[in-house]
Amino acid sequence: MSEPHVHGGAGGAHDQDARFDARHVHGHAHDPNIPHATFRGYMIGFLLSVVLTAIPFWLVMGKVFHNPQATTWIVLAFAVVQILVHMAYFLHLNTSSEGGWNMLALIFTIVLVVITLSGSLWVMYHMNANMMPMSAQDMRNMP
Amino acid sequence: MSTTTASAAQPRFYLTEEHHPENGVMLGFWIYLMSDCLVFACLFAMYGVLGGSYAAGPGPKDLFDLSVVAVNTSMLLLSSITYGFAMLEIQRQRKLATLFWLAVTGCFGAAFVTLELTEFAHMIHEGAGPQRSAFLSSFFTLVGTHGLHVSFGILWLITLMVQVGRYGLTAANIRRLSCLSLFWHFLDVVWIGVFTFVYLMGVLR
Repeated sequence: MSEPHVHGGAGGAHDQDARFDARHVHGHAHDPNIPHATFRGYMIGFLLSVVLTAIPFWLVMGKVFHNPQATTWIVLAFAVVQILVHMAYFLHLNTSSEGGWNMLALIFTIVLVVITLSGSLWVMYHMNANMMPMSAQDMRNMP
Repeated sequence: MSTTTASAAQPRFYLTEEHHPENGVMLGFWIYLMSDCLVFACLFAMYGVLGGSYAAGPGPKDLFDLSVVAVNTSMLLLSSITYGFAMLEIQRQRKLATLFWLAVTGCFGAAFVTLELTEFAHMIHEGAGPQRSAFLSSFFTLVGTHGLHVSFGILWLITLMVQVGRYGLTAANIRRLSCLSLFWHFLDVVWIGVFTFVYLMGVLR
């Protein structure tokens, strides 16, 4: 937007409130805060999501691979890709929205999420492995 | 705002700079969503830690019906695309079409919540309630929190439909609808994590 924005008739007599309102009315037609969405973008996102959802369900429900470990990793990979598709096509996230602050907040959150998840699983798995073993029989007799 | 007192003969009423964000509503809402993301991360971590502790009770293989989950997932995905259609109608400033797509979105959302509640009721009826084992406690907390978010999203959607019906597609309403759009799509993103981490990986476990 290199064109200067002309304020419709904001004369010197206008007080602060009136000028604020004028800017608001002016701003809503092409508000930079609200991303411009397209039908094509939504449909690409939707179709990709359908495919990326259907494949993992098919892999698990149809028992395509005999190795559950391999299926787990493939299913997780599909989830990551689908989350990226949603971010790009539905949440309209890019590096320039809000001057990059959206992306920065997201990266910070991802760092925290990874620390929370991997840290919890790692620590608690090893805690579990080092605890006294308990059989299902013992479990049933727990108070 | 530059006040030119020296050259009073030529007052200029336009901005020479880019628009500054007049209010950081969209950024603020995004930061709220990121904090919500951390809430879900903690719940996912809790499920990851406790998800294998069945206390000799029923496990995911006994309880989860993946075909129901698949229907549920498609409900949420369809509601995402119909909300997208509503956003496109907002751009064209068509009020009735916007209300129509918002209503469709609400119906898909309600179908999702209904299916989930039916699943919960079925599990509790079978004696697999949240108090049965650590696995079930964490399951109900994680999936229930997501369902609660969707329920509040539907409530918000109905409120905004009334607002749009009464006052039209004003700037304030468009801003609110854009926030709800982020919220709605964000819940779909969380659901990807839920159906992968809880349901699919639970059955594989």
